[in-house]
Amino acid sequence: MRRRSGLGEFWHLLKQNRLALTGLAIFLLFFCVALIGLVQTTGTNPTFDPAMVRLQEKLLPPLSRPNLETLRPEEVPKLGIYLFGTDDLGRDVFARMLQGAWVSLTVGFVAVGISVIIGIFIGGIAGYFGQHNVRVDQVLATLVLLLGGGLLAMGARSWGVGLLIIGHAYIFFSAWSKKVWRGRSMPKSVRILYRDAISIDTLIMRFVDIMLCFPSFFLILTVVALLPASMYNIMIVIGLTSWMGATRFVRAEFLSLREQDFVTAARALGVNHWRIIFRHMIPNAIAPVLVSATIGIATAILTEAGLSFLGFGVPPPHATWGGILSDGKRFIFDAPWLTFAPGFAILIVVLSFNLFGEGLRDILNPKLRERY
Amino acid sequence: MLSFVARSIIQKIITLFFVSIVSFLIIHIAPGKPSQVDPLNPKFTPEIVERFRKEFHLDKPLYAQYVYFYRDLFTGKTVSWKDNQSVLGKIWVRFLNSLPLFIVGTIITWTLSFPIGIRSAIFRGGFYDRSATFFSYLLISIPGFFFAYILIIFVVTHFHVPVIGLKTFGIGGASWPNLIMDRVWHLLLPSVLGATGGIAVLSRYVRSQMLEVEGQDYVRTARAKGVPEEQVHYKHALRNALLPFVTMFGLILPGLIGGSVIIESIFSWPGMGRMAYEAILARDYPIILTVNFISAVLVLAGTFISDLLYLVVDPRIRL
Repeated sequence: MRRRSGLGEFWHLLKQNRLALTGLAIFLLFFCVALIGLVQTTGTNPTFDPAMVRLQEKLLPPLSRPNLETLRPEEVPKLGIYLFGTDDLGRDVFARMLQGAWVSLTVGFVAVGISVIIGIFIGGIAGYFGQHNVRVDQVLATLVLLLGGGLLAMGARSWGVGLLIIGHAYIFFSAWSKKVWRGRSMPKSVRILYRDAISIDTLIMRFVDIMLCFPSFFLILTVVALLPASMYNIMIVIGLTSWMGATRFVRAEFLSLREQDFVTAARALGVNHWRIIFRHMIPNAIAPVLVSATIGIATAILTEAGLSFLGFGVPPPHATWGGILSDGKRFIFDAPWLTFAPGFAILIVVLSFNLFGEGLRDILNPKLRERY
Repeated sequence: MLSFVARSIIQKIITLFFVSIVSFLIIHIAPGKPSQVDPLNPKFTPEIVERFRKEFHLDKPLYAQYVYFYRDLFTGKTVSWKDNQSVLGKIWVRFLNSLPLFIVGTIITWTLSFPIGIRSAIFRGGFYDRSATFFSYLLISIPGFFFAYILIIFVVTHFHVPVIGLKTFGIGGASWPNLIMDRVWHLLLPSVLGATGGIAVLSRYVRSQMLEVEGQDYVRTARAKGVPEEQVHYKHALRNALLPFVTMFGLILPGLIGGSVIIESIFSWPGMGRMAYEAILARDYPIILTVNFISAVLVLAGTFISDLLYLVVDPRIRL
């Protein structure tokens, strides 16, 4: 058999997985639509104006023609037809859907981008430096500093400042005492402070456990409801609450990669830690992260739609798919297109990401390659 | 065994302590104050705000508030800021409302996903398997609220039954078969919706477990010595594939309180999820924090139970 390059083999395997290929095609189409939507619905004179109110044209079914006699020339939709009908204010649902596509796309990608970056960073530290230990005195100093900062923030000024001073003083003291103790044996009472308390890996994974205890949608809803409504807050909050999966994947990969020969070889050559991590380990560890990121985008889009549906999304004049559906729920029997157009759009986009992600998992899994 | 139990209980208590701190900080450091809920309300004079702040210790520093809150929670004295009722009492009432949804949803999930998963594993690669795979992706991808409206439109136009709420408004005088049918109709849609995601995920999981076991040597041996096909699938393969699912009984525990915010608010179901949603809207911190704390306890208890079950069921695991 002819040997293929990595990308060529990837494409060959993808072509055999029809569902994944369909997913990729729909995703590319969605990307183009969102980009066109961004360009065509913004600016002072957009081609499709999602905010144009035509009260005489309200709740028209899809594919109906505008009544040209009652509309001023600039109010006539550019397509000459309401492709997805109009809503209860006579706004063109097609234009609103175009505008909402960009929101879904950016929320999905930025939120997952944030979570993947945090995941690679924290998981990388846990996997690569995890066997190192934190000493008792370091834990104590951190606790004192945190407590001091916390008390200062909460209003107990004198206590807070005192603890901060003690913490910093200790850091200087330990830097100085390192020189003093060199070559001499320490007294027993001091040696307890220098015992290993907890490994970095345990510390990080316990933190992941803590984060996994929160019910995710409820936590996101709480934080988004407390913060001022904006698209960026939603992205950041979704990203900050969903990095645990990526962290676990990266850590697991790093733990196994660290023991491999090429890493040992690189270390023997004197390559520094950061180069080993970024040039040698991350490219080998990225496959499972990519798969979980693709599926994570689907989840993030669903979460954003759910938030918009509950009314915590991007603030009103801007259209989102969840928001269109939420506005349309009062008319589900009279104007079902207001429910079906955004609903099917979300369904198809999320489905395409899920299918592509699952296909990617099959392709990148060397165990399953034999079957094809 | 005993040391494992003791160690994991201590570990979980420490985790819980940090969860309580983190959730308390998240909610109190976020901008906005609960004493500013409705500045336009004429009854909301500065004196009342001051009394409110004093009553609920809001004038104290944050660490004192933390201690007060969790002391009240453990002695069962926490009250909702909105209506001064006991938080635990309110949660208990709503929990009883959510319980039937949870039970029916779980039963639907487990009874449907096993046959589907087993059948697609046995006929893997066939038409049935491929369509089951596609449908499970479809069910994972469909937004719950959209699916809810599709089902509402379908049920209301074809069966002419009302589906919103716990029961039909003003049905009090009807005969009891009608009352029961009414409750069943109202229960059915939200629990089916709650089960959809579960069916999709669980049936895929059953399928992959079955496939793994069917590839084992002992299954080939059974087949080679002439055991009938039925017996190979259901006696040799299925029994071994069931092992990981025993542990899943522990993992469904958090679902008890999670409820679904979206589905309960669509169906006006007065359950846990909807109460949490209303509490978020009203900035009723005691309820939000208590729900959060209880669900963290349930998550930790669930993982603990599933670890224990694994230990009991799988003799290969020794500690």
